[in-house]
Amino acid sequence: MNSMRVTDHPILGTLENKKQVTITFDDVPYPAFEGDTIASALLASGVRTLRHQEDKGTPRGIYCNIGHCFECRVRVNGKNTVRACLTPVEGDMRIESGGEL
Amino acid sequence: MIDLVIVGAGPAGLGAAISAAEYGLEVCVLDEFVKPGGRLLGQLHEEPDGKWVNGIAEAQKLYYRALQLGVKIKCGVSVYDIAKLESGWCVYTTDQIYETECLLLATGASETPIPVPGWTLPGVMSIGAAQVMGNVHRVKPGEKGIIIGVNVLSVAIARELQLCGVHIESILLPQSSFVSGDSAHPEKMMESLLRLTHLAPSPLIRFGGKWVNPKIGARLYPRNGFKMWGIPIQLRKTALEILGEYQVEGVRIADISATGEVVPGTEKVLSADFVCIAGGLTPMSELASVAGCSFRYIPELGGHIPIHNECMQTNLKGLYVAGNITGVESAKVARAQGTVAGLSVARELHAIKQRADEIIDIAKKEVIDTRRNALIQFQAGIEREREELYDKGNNVFEEKISV
Repeated sequence: MNSMRVTDHPILGTLENKKQVTITFDDVPYPAFEGDTIASALLASGVRTLRHQEDKGTPRGIYCNIGHCFECRVRVNGKNTVRACLTPVEGDMRIESGGEL
Repeated sequence: MIDLVIVGAGPAGLGAAISAAEYGLEVCVLDEFVKPGGRLLGQLHEEPDGKWVNGIAEAQKLYYRALQLGVKIKCGVSVYDIAKLESGWCVYTTDQIYETECLLLATGASETPIPVPGWTLPGVMSIGAAQVMGNVHRVKPGEKGIIIGVNVLSVAIARELQLCGVHIESILLPQSSFVSGDSAHPEKMMESLLRLTHLAPSPLIRFGGKWVNPKIGARLYPRNGFKMWGIPIQLRKTALEILGEYQVEGVRIADISATGEVVPGTEKVLSADFVCIAGGLTPMSELASVAGCSFRYIPELGGHIPIHNECMQTNLKGLYVAGNITGVESAKVARAQGTVAGLSVARELHAIKQRADEIIDIAKKEVIDTRRNALIQFQAGIEREREELYDKGNNVFEEKISV
């Protein structure tokens, strides 16, 4: 499902064909294009909740999308506190959401 | 040791890299984002002559020119500390440690958040986040959105989101609070919207231009707002709460008076699957602060500004600033300031052999001309405040540097 992609844009033109890779988020595979960030690839598939807040367990997603707020922090290939909005996708990348402690 | 390290690959940083490299300096540009261009990347607007300005294409031009001149550009690198060396600066990054003769901070601006009940729900994001998703990553932030915060930036980005195929249900005000300040005040917001009159083809001009006095404008403002590109802009409605269990489902809104008080009994719920919060821009000056720059609070320029002179020198030797860190203005002004900063560094390092002062004066004049011709002025009184700041900057600079 890639329905959130802006394939045709009246000014920016048609989206060029890019190499597709597969990433996993909490063990579920999702398609991503080269040049995507983790956040954009997941949003394109309709995934908005990237983690649950450590204290209250409430759902969180991206807020600033340019690396300032750290709301989109996830675990990537075993590394903690990686900003989904600034991290380019790579094939077979394993992404995990954080949860209530 | 490198001649010049630049933090930020936006129009100011790349502009400086180009002008410094043209005089043979070894330049390295660092940026945290995945692509060079900074906030230029998201920009897409129609000029009065009907031509579209595509920020991605503009950014690419700067990027390739810089590469051609041998500038090193590293993306995905975060700078977390800087320290003064006996001669020059030390820059600590997630990639490596750089030592440089001169350092330019071109970090830009960050968005000011306005807390609204429910704003941590997935699907709530800053207006710039939605812009980057749509224009840069080409992913829609949602199908149907509500924008909280009426300002130059939010109205422009609403139009950009519409071009991405997103429906914008409404642009309305945040609720009045200590944090939201003027952004919840219909009269003040009318004043800010009237500055959009530069964007000649928009229907707002015909509408807003009639009111010279924002006070009268806010009072006469129709209860249901007016439309721009079919998007309702509602200065007499406020967002009370963002609703949803697992993600955004809607916003509870109410009518407000011309001075911002909620009219009892007017509450209703608008449905939406995403919400953008638009609180305006603030210069991003943390690194200047870490370095030990002197600051001055100038609301017209967007917040705390590192004191600097017209040559973009701060009060610390070898440390320069350019772009939105010196005050929130358009990308074209940032680019012109970058050119001045790059030339000033080249002069400091004796790379300009002849007529250096004359060359820099021409670049300084270009900044002023660009500012006067800007389509969008984020705040009123920028030119006056800048002149005052530069007077102070020159005094501080002469006192500190001459010793």
